[in-house]
Parts: sequence; C-alpha cells; structure tokens
Amino acid sequence: MQLVIGLGSGVIFGLGLSVSGMLNPRKVSAFLDLAGAWDPSLAFVMGGGLVVNLLAMRVFKNRNKPYFSVAFSLPQSVAIDRPLLIGAALFGIGWAVGGLCPGPAIAGLAYLSSNALMFFIPMLLGLYIAKFIKPKI
Amino acid sequence: MIDIDNFTPLSALIGGGLIGLAAAILYVLNGRVLGASGIAASALEGILHPAARDGLSWRLAFLVGVILGPIIYMLLTGTLPQSEYIAQDGRLILAGLIVGLGTGIGSGCTSGHGICGLARFSRRSLAAVLTFMATGFVTTFILNHLVGM
Repeated sequence: MQLVIGLGSGVIFGLGLSVSGMLNPRKVSAFLDLAGAWDPSLAFVMGGGLVVNLLAMRVFKNRNKPYFSVAFSLPQSVAIDRPLLIGAALFGIGWAVGGLCPGPAIAGLAYLSSNALMFFIPMLLGLYIAKFIKPKI
Repeated sequence: MIDIDNFTPLSALIGGGLIGLAAAILYVLNGRVLGASGIAASALEGILHPAARDGLSWRLAFLVGVILGPIIYMLLTGTLPQSEYIAQDGRLILAGLIVGLGTGIGSGCTSGHGICGLARFSRRSLAAVLTFMATGFVTTFILNHLVGM
C-alpha cells in the first residue's frame, strides 16, 4: 500500500509541477529576477501548496499515526544551525544559476533530454557528497 | 515591474494546490514528508547501500510517479509542459552540483522546507526558505544585471 501511495503522491506532485509552469526554468528564473520582467507565479504556486497542505494538517491534526504506517516520520532537528543556513544559501545560488530545484529536475527526466540529465546527475552527485560534508560544517 | 504577459496566477494556484495535495497524501497516509531532495537522496542511498534499503520501494515509486506527471499532462493536453533552459553545458552541470550539495547540507529544498516545513510552522524551514530565496534573488540580480549572463 505504501508503494501505491508513493506512486500516487508522485504523480500528483509531477502533475502539479507541470500545471504550475514550474518545469520551465525560464519561468522560475523570472520569479527570481525582481529587478527585471518579474513573474510572481512561483509565489502563487507556493501559496497554493501551503494552503492545501495547511488545511490537510488541520483536518487530520488529531490523528496520532498515519493510515498506512506505524508512525509519522518527521525531522527531529529544531536548531537553526550552520549546515541549514549554509546549505540553503548554496541551494539558492544553484537554483538561480540553473533555474531548477530538485522536484522539477526529477520531473524533467520525462523530456528525455540531455539537458535534464546534465542537471540531474550532478545533483545526485552533490546530494551524495553532501552526506560526508554536512557533519564537518 | 510585474511581467503581466507571462504571469499565470490561476494555473500557478491550481498546480500549487496539486503539489500541496500530493504532500498531504504522503504525510497523512504514509507519514512521510514530501521533500524531493530528501526522497532522491534516500533512494540513492538505498540503491548504493543494501543496509539502507528500508523505504526504498515507496521512494522509487514516488520518483517514477513524478516523472510520469509531465507524461500524463501530455496525454491530457497533447503537449509536454513548456520548458526553456536558462543554462547549458558547464553552467547547467555546476548548477546541478550546487543544488545537490546545498539541499543535501541544508536538509531540504523548495518542497520539503517550502511546502511541508512551513505548513507545520517549522522555524528551521522558515529560516531555510528565507535564506534560499535571498541568495536566489541576489544571484539572479548579479547574473542578469551586473555581469549580463
């Protein structure tokens, strides 16, 4: 069942990215370009996603476990520490340089283009290396 | 100035709503946070190290689903979503590497910190979102208006 839910959630996520225009690096970059021809769409994508997710959190807030798993699995760390801020700062830079974040980079594989792979494979490499760097920051 | 011609508030809200729905489904039913970078990293870990196989199958199913998203969109509308790259070759590879490093070290990306973290009022996620938005804006300003790339 967890597998079916994973697949279903992934399909809806990929469809949402498609409908929202977030698979277009040009559009993402236009959101980040405050001083240029600014396209605020990305803020509406995040807003729409937040509202729906917030509503769901409210509706199900009294549940003490998920329907098809033994417990909710949430990040345990609460500290705003150096890895969090340095990592986020780096991510923002890469996001601006390429116009892609991880979700669209995965969905972009559907295009079977060399560009999609030229971002996705280095991203996986970065995620792998990060595991070794993170404890040292 | 707002670029009225390219601003698409309605499809952005609908697409965003679907993204929120995907996150809610994964959390309420499976108890998992929808973070694209975290799911990709854990899936990779599971593939490389047999000891980390726990949860590999739902993660791979999720990733396959994400790739199916644009294909289903094409079946419904007749065309893949528009996608115009702003970077090529070396710049694209560098961007991918930095995004992987940054989201790995910072424990999340636009979906994990942005959609899921903020929805559960995580101060860590708010700090992360403000930070990556800030460096994203500044980097774009430098690239587009100072060095003209």
